[in-house]
Amino acid sequence: MGRERLLHHATRRLLLLLPRSRGFSSSAGAAASSREPLHVCVVGSGPAGFYTADKMLKGHEEAQVDIIDRLPTPFGLVRSGVAPDHPETKIVVNQFSRVAANGRCSFYGNVTVGSDVSVSELQKIYDVVVLAYGAESDRSLGIPGEDLRGIHSAREFVWWYNGHPDMCNLAPDLQSTDSAVVLGQGNVALDVARILLRCTSELAATDIADYAFDALRGNTIRKVYLVGRRGPVQAACTAKELREILGLKNVRVCIKEADLVTSTADEEEIRNSRIQRRVYELLSKAATAHKGNISNDQKELHFVFFRRPIRFLPAEDGSTVDVVQLEKTCLKDGVAGKQVAVGTGEFEDLKCGLVLKSIGYKSLPVEGLPFDNYRGVVPNLKGRVLSSESENGTVESGLYVVGWLKRGPTGIVATNLHCAEETVAGILEDDKKGLFMGPGSKKQGRRGLLEILEQKNIRFVPLDGWEKIDSKEKTAGQLKNKPREKITTWDDLLMAAN
Amino acid sequence: MLSRISQFGARLLRENRAASYLPNSRSSYYRGQFSQHFAPAKNTLFSTTSNHDEDPQDKDKISVTFVNKDGTEQTISIPVGMSILEAAHENDIELEGACEGSLACSTCHVIVMDVKDYNKLEDPTDEENDMLDLAFGLTETSRLGCQVIAKPELDGMRVALPAATRNFAVDGFVPKPH
Repeated sequence: MGRERLLHHATRRLLLLLPRSRGFSSSAGAAASSREPLHVCVVGSGPAGFYTADKMLKGHEEAQVDIIDRLPTPFGLVRSGVAPDHPETKIVVNQFSRVAANGRCSFYGNVTVGSDVSVSELQKIYDVVVLAYGAESDRSLGIPGEDLRGIHSAREFVWWYNGHPDMCNLAPDLQSTDSAVVLGQGNVALDVARILLRCTSELAATDIADYAFDALRGNTIRKVYLVGRRGPVQAACTAKELREILGLKNVRVCIKEADLVTSTADEEEIRNSRIQRRVYELLSKAATAHKGNISNDQKELHFVFFRRPIRFLPAEDGSTVDVVQLEKTCLKDGVAGKQVAVGTGEFEDLKCGLVLKSIGYKSLPVEGLPFDNYRGVVPNLKGRVLSSESENGTVESGLYVVGWLKRGPTGIVATNLHCAEETVAGILEDDKKGLFMGPGSKKQGRRGLLEILEQKNIRFVPLDGWEKIDSKEKTAGQLKNKPREKITTWDDLLMAAN
Repeated sequence: MLSRISQFGARLLRENRAASYLPNSRSSYYRGQFSQHFAPAKNTLFSTTSNHDEDPQDKDKISVTFVNKDGTEQTISIPVGMSILEAAHENDIELEGACEGSLACSTCHVIVMDVKDYNKLEDPTDEENDMLDLAFGLTETSRLGCQVIAKPELDGMRVALPAATRNFAVDGFVPKPH
């Protein structure tokens, strides 16, 4: 990728050196130099934002892209979501760093859209505004006791061990119980279960936040339950993560053989989906492999299927969770791909002192942006923002959306690649149609943003500010044989950026 | 005189590069080498024969054609032992490689267009299959580009970059999406 850009710069310099003669029309140079710059603002610097910036720069020679993030650090969930023991998944930041270093791209950290600068202010200074700010909230169960101490969303727990400055003070209590219940069986659920169960010596050389490493070292949790409403065929995790957790050292995996029985609809789901088939096979193998291996110093991982939570009950202190009451479920409607869990009226209690809810993220609305509260996304058609989710919704000019805010909070890093390609295709199409031209439409772009930030006295973090943070983290990490020692508070991050 | 030296220099570089791409263990070969333009010379081969411009085609290099999403094609020459992901990047072909060859993503997914070529490849490992599970536009002859290593039997291979609306039949074979 760097090579492309090198060539582009070289060609430009060459064109500048060639004498411009009025009587002749020069070659491709003339077309490029007479086009106005296209000012693009991307809100959010995670994979969706960066893939959008990448495709935008490649797809439009005059695009000037500014990436804004409310954190001083870029990269979104690659930094704060991907587990510390999955460093290969973070390699993509190399590509994103090259995008940020492009001469036509600028990064502005510590700028919050919605409070520091509004969407409508951005629309006045940029031709194109792309919202890529993801999903920073959680779905809730809506059941009694959900506010008890000891119950957290998986997102909070993940942000905590990854050193996100909003969660550095979460202080989950990992020492007053031996049982943790994780609600949900997707990859995030597996991540949190794995971090709780892994020998901490295996975490020592990762970029896990130092306070989290200390807390995990002293943790008393010996049993982790992964609870799902439906069966193994519907489990939302994928093969790589499942394979990994089933192979953890010193962990006995408990899966009931009765749960593995499949219906006709299940069989059809397995036939239609390669992912489902391989996940089911892994779970089946694990059920038989671990039978009868009981050893006292082993930790336990229980896959609990066909159970949904009804309420949480407190301990004697009245404020900390002690029990999660579960209702047995069965699958109704026998239609492959649409099987729904319904309660059977049979209940059971599961004793636990820590509950992590991993039932899905949720996006937050921002003023000036239409929002579909039911689906938790910005209403859009292939990335072009619509004024509402109803049939009467019209396309909002110059406003686009990408990533989880567009599709809902599912998928992996690479899913955003194709999502960004779709949104950028829409932007380029609209540009060709002349939607960003017209009288009085000459936008200020970067200059306009800097003016606003100066007027409001916003201490933004430019790319070299992030590079200072990055360098300090790496240097501190080297002393402890870690890839980096994360800086985890707002104040420390802003100080390090200067 | 100057041109002779620069020709010799260019040949040195070419041979160094060809030599260092000897088949290595698949997973470690690619890691850490991606960001360098030239891999460090391991076994430097110097030829003392005459200074001709063409490299011997058959043994060290194979020809592979990439079919882009828009249908356009690019044929490149790949040294035996190099992955087609790395070769694609060296030739500015738009094949993504988010994890730089560490089997942690599916962005270098390619579709091998002739099933005969597909069958010449070693079976994917569990780790590659885990990543293929998640690949966009997966077909029955899909592989990860970082795991397809050039060897003489693959000379002439055609691979396609996946697209959402890909719909083609090559040599009578129609790949079915999973």
